[in-house]
Amino acid sequence: MEKVDYSKYAVVMKGITKRFPGVLANDHVDLFVKKGEIHAIVGENGAGKTTLMSQLYGLIRPDEGKIYINGVEKQIRNPNDAIEAKIGMVHQHFMLVDRLSVVENIVLGQEPVKGPFFDLGRARKEIRELSKKFGLLVDPDAIIEDLPVGMQQRVEIIKVLYRGAEILILDEPTAVLTPQETNELFEILKNLQKQGRTIILITHKLNEVMAITESVTVMRLGKVTGVVKTAETNPNQLANMMVGREVLLTVEKEKAHPGEEILQVKNLVVKENRGIEAVKGLSLSVKKGEIVGIAGVAGNGQTELTEAITGLRRVESGKIIFKGEDITNYSPKRRREMGMGHIPEDRLKHGLIKLFPVYYNFILGEHDNSKFSDGIFLKIEEIKRFSEELVKRFDVRPPKIDLLGMNLSGGNQQKVIVAREIAFNPMLMVVSQPTRGLDVGAIEFIHKTLISMRDKGIGILLVSMELEEIFSLSDRILAIYEGRIMGETTPDKTTPEEVGLMMAGHKLEDIRQEA
Amino acid sequence: MNEWIQAILNVFTNPTFYKSTLTQSTPLILAAMGGVFSETTGVTNIALEGIMLMGAFGGVMGSYFTGNPWYGLALGTFFGLAMAALHAWASIKYGADQIISGTALILLAQGITGFALVELFGQPGSTDLVRSIPLVDLGSFKDVPFFGQIFGNLSPFVYMAFASVIFGWILIYKTKLGLRMRSVGNNPEAADTLGINVYNVRYFGVIMSGLFAALGGAYLSIGELGQFTTNMTNGRGFIALAAMIIGNWNPVGAMSASLLFGGATAFNNQLQSQSVLNLSTNTQYIFGMIPYIITLIVVAGFIGKSRAPSADGIPYIKE
Amino acid sequence: MNIKKYLLNEKVIISLFSVLISLVIAAIVMIVIGKNPLVAYAALFYGAFGTKEAIIDNIMKASPLILTGLAVGFGFRAGLFNIGANGQVIIGALLSAYVGTLVGAYPFFLSIPLVMIAGMLGGAAWAAIAGWLKAYRGAHEVITTIMLNYVATFIANYVVNGPFQAPGGVPKSPSIAYSAQFPNIMSVGATSLSTIIFVSLAAIVVIYVIIQRTTIGYEVKAVGFNPYAAEYGGISIGKNVVLAMAISGALAGLAGTTQVVGVYGRYFGALSGSMGFDGITIALIGQNDPIGIALAAFLISSIRTGSNQMQIAGVPKDLVVIIQGIIIFLVAANRIIKTIRIRKRKEAEA
Repeated sequence: MEKVDYSKYAVVMKGITKRFPGVLANDHVDLFVKKGEIHAIVGENGAGKTTLMSQLYGLIRPDEGKIYINGVEKQIRNPNDAIEAKIGMVHQHFMLVDRLSVVENIVLGQEPVKGPFFDLGRARKEIRELSKKFGLLVDPDAIIEDLPVGMQQRVEIIKVLYRGAEILILDEPTAVLTPQETNELFEILKNLQKQGRTIILITHKLNEVMAITESVTVMRLGKVTGVVKTAETNPNQLANMMVGREVLLTVEKEKAHPGEEILQVKNLVVKENRGIEAVKGLSLSVKKGEIVGIAGVAGNGQTELTEAITGLRRVESGKIIFKGEDITNYSPKRRREMGMGHIPEDRLKHGLIKLFPVYYNFILGEHDNSKFSDGIFLKIEEIKRFSEELVKRFDVRPPKIDLLGMNLSGGNQQKVIVAREIAFNPMLMVVSQPTRGLDVGAIEFIHKTLISMRDKGIGILLVSMELEEIFSLSDRILAIYEGRIMGETTPDKTTPEEVGLMMAGHKLEDIRQEA
Repeated sequence: MNEWIQAILNVFTNPTFYKSTLTQSTPLILAAMGGVFSETTGVTNIALEGIMLMGAFGGVMGSYFTGNPWYGLALGTFFGLAMAALHAWASIKYGADQIISGTALILLAQGITGFALVELFGQPGSTDLVRSIPLVDLGSFKDVPFFGQIFGNLSPFVYMAFASVIFGWILIYKTKLGLRMRSVGNNPEAADTLGINVYNVRYFGVIMSGLFAALGGAYLSIGELGQFTTNMTNGRGFIALAAMIIGNWNPVGAMSASLLFGGATAFNNQLQSQSVLNLSTNTQYIFGMIPYIITLIVVAGFIGKSRAPSADGIPYIKE
Repeated sequence: MNIKKYLLNEKVIISLFSVLISLVIAAIVMIVIGKNPLVAYAALFYGAFGTKEAIIDNIMKASPLILTGLAVGFGFRAGLFNIGANGQVIIGALLSAYVGTLVGAYPFFLSIPLVMIAGMLGGAAWAAIAGWLKAYRGAHEVITTIMLNYVATFIANYVVNGPFQAPGGVPKSPSIAYSAQFPNIMSVGATSLSTIIFVSLAAIVVIYVIIQRTTIGYEVKAVGFNPYAAEYGGISIGKNVVLAMAISGALAGLAGTTQVVGVYGRYFGALSGSMGFDGITIALIGQNDPIGIALAAFLISSIRTGSNQMQIAGVPKDLVVIIQGIIIFLVAANRIIKTIRIRKRKEAEA
């Protein structure tokens, strides 16, 4: 067996294989990360990036393969082993305890003590020092749930540094950040790099890869499909390696022919679960036959806005007018009956009942429609016939209507939801994050369906965190920030940068004045 | 009307009411503290009722066989710990539905105590009288008017109850273990990524709940009465659970709510026995339902103002 | 339905294993106290099936248990844990008894439906309180139904010791009118087989149809499986929580009615026994399936009926409560059984 010197690498993962029931999540993956570099792991959702990093951090254990840290083979059986090997991970979904304070979160697991007691004073002092050293300012006594996402991420980074991490893994760190916050994060990362830290960045955003990293490992379907130096590549090449074919980044569509206004939202105020205002006097309108895109970073009131429009959340003040009728206090059911469809943000939470068979899911919301029910009994035969038809029309796979919702893939679950919502001839469709977590094929299908709905004269309100999706689908773009609309524009009159600034809280007129 | 005002005044000016409030609250405080320990770490424990019952029975059994009520206390505690361990095993290791597992343990406790009652004492219903834990005699303090009558001769369980509140509050809010308990109860995954053993912390919380609830149960049997009777806990485990909810899963809050419930019961009992009212015997049933109705109203009114630990009742299963 | 497929269903296996393991544990307990489990179980079996009286008694015990089992099971379908069937039995029985004393002048085809409706409405209303508190006040139904159990007991004690007491100062209600009593099919000695069993059998069919075939069943299941998606689909969670509790309570109330009209002819204190808690065991063993519940109800009624003979053989009958506790525990922690089975399979492979 040949001996290779891995000592110049901070991390080497060799032949890592991990199987989950029915999936080969990592298939003999090799990863080489040099000391002191920023290394990107890119790939589509489901490519196995997070699985790979979870093994490096000891959250799950590889079935095969070896891990070397600074040239020495290490068994990483749990996060404690990883922490000991000076590896830290900032997860995509922050691993913070909401009800605890910043300092409690940071020291958790390695608490300083004085006698039998937890030494809060010392913990606070140590964190202040760390904050200062790395330029990560944050109030140690704030409660996590009161902090904005950007701040929470800082807490995550300090948490990792507090444990003395030399190797930092960041999983999709910019997914929840505004472009400006993203830049700040990159400054922080470069600063950390200067102080000798090695950084592994999981992402699927290629511009970020180009902006900050030295080298890239590309993954697809559990395998490594390319390892390149950032300086020697370009986004197109990376994209090809990611998806294995040329990507169609634009959606073909005709010019829209908007009709009369079908939805008006006036000075809407909505609170989020903890009673804080999330939508703050927002107004917008949607016409028949157009797609209005709401661009924004997650958590700026989009969820509350769509829930209020569809009747799932109480409105504090303001009005919602649909087809000329004030529907502000109507039940979700009544809105549905009036012709409002809804493709919800969280398809497993709202859109689908996992333990219902597909044919039951196809009638959710219309189960008491006279077509499917005589008032007391369900017309099961009719429901099944209807479902068979939809399964064929939308190519749901496998085409078995008896299957439970949970046994479909994410893309097919979304097809069931979209098929259902279209089947009842809505006049307005509220669409939230329609392609989150889907593969390229399913995304294309959903996008085409939305365009064809528009062309049939349906008004569409589209909420998406993917700026690209907003640009390629929308006829008008609104940017939302902290529950307010920052400006309205159209895709041909603006740039992603401009919309990005709006998403960060700058009013459109201010941006244009400055320019 | 006047006789009612007179009766109520009589109750409030009588030290017996205050002493009775303390003794009625004692089992509730202890059991509620058990609930706080378990649920702070994220494991719902409706088995408190069953654990109390086992604690009560074990207390009498130990005292009966050894003649020493302290051994009884030890045996009752052991029974409680064993019950809690079962609940912990099912809900932590096997991700059981915690409410159903709790229900099972309540039935199990009823079955075991009923079975053992017949096996050991030969008849259903109640055990022989046994020696109970001696009261704490404060000597000459007893002669202090009013206060002496309240505090002069209390069961050590009463002191234990309040000590458990202080202990619980310090442990949960001032120690490293408490920080870990709170983190595991709110976001076990986050705690796990920091190398905290979620299962062990949860085992600790649930088993401590067994300790406290068993003490609460033992008070009922060998605290003053010196006897076990079938189902003598009579829903106190559930009232303690309600006290914990109203107290916002906080030891001090749970204690306050327990005192409220205990006070209501004491008030009831004292009021019924007021001769000015001249009540017929079946009014005891009307008075008897009052604590339960209060619990209903309070639980319905306080929800929303109190927040359970985020991961309470949700099994944590890795991978 | 394919019977083989049904029997090999994982849920069925879990139920069967749970029952089996609990019987084994109970046997060990018997050995510990120096009794022969085979003798005890033989006595139990004889007590449940050995004589005509035993079989009649068994069926009579099963009748209300089917109803409380269905009650708890229907609640589970909506994601609700109705631990308060006992209280609903009491209120249903009380109201039936009260109406039963009023309908003496009516023919049986009027008075019998009237007492049944009274019982169902009583149970439904009592359970709906907990449903309402859950839906609109966020109070957990486990705590509220338990509290309502105690309140129901006190109410019953109050009325049968006062306003609704039979002459003679005994704490029981007056007897109901003859026209409201269910006829007996047959009598053997002092034991009678009442027609109430048909009420229970009809309830199985009705509940099966409601769950599988009706819009209400669809909505209730949707709320139970995923309240968020239900709300999204225009299904009112609050309405369905109250409705599901009410249906559940109506079944429990009907169980109370059967005891009044078919067994005792009046209300008295211990009438509800442990039917509510038995209902939990039954619903869990029956995996919330109406037919499974019927079978489980007969299992529990057999154990309960036979336990008297077992007690005569020297084993206290509280042992059956222990058995029930263990069954519920194992069903709740069904992964224990799955783990044992997987281990066995692995050993078999190795």
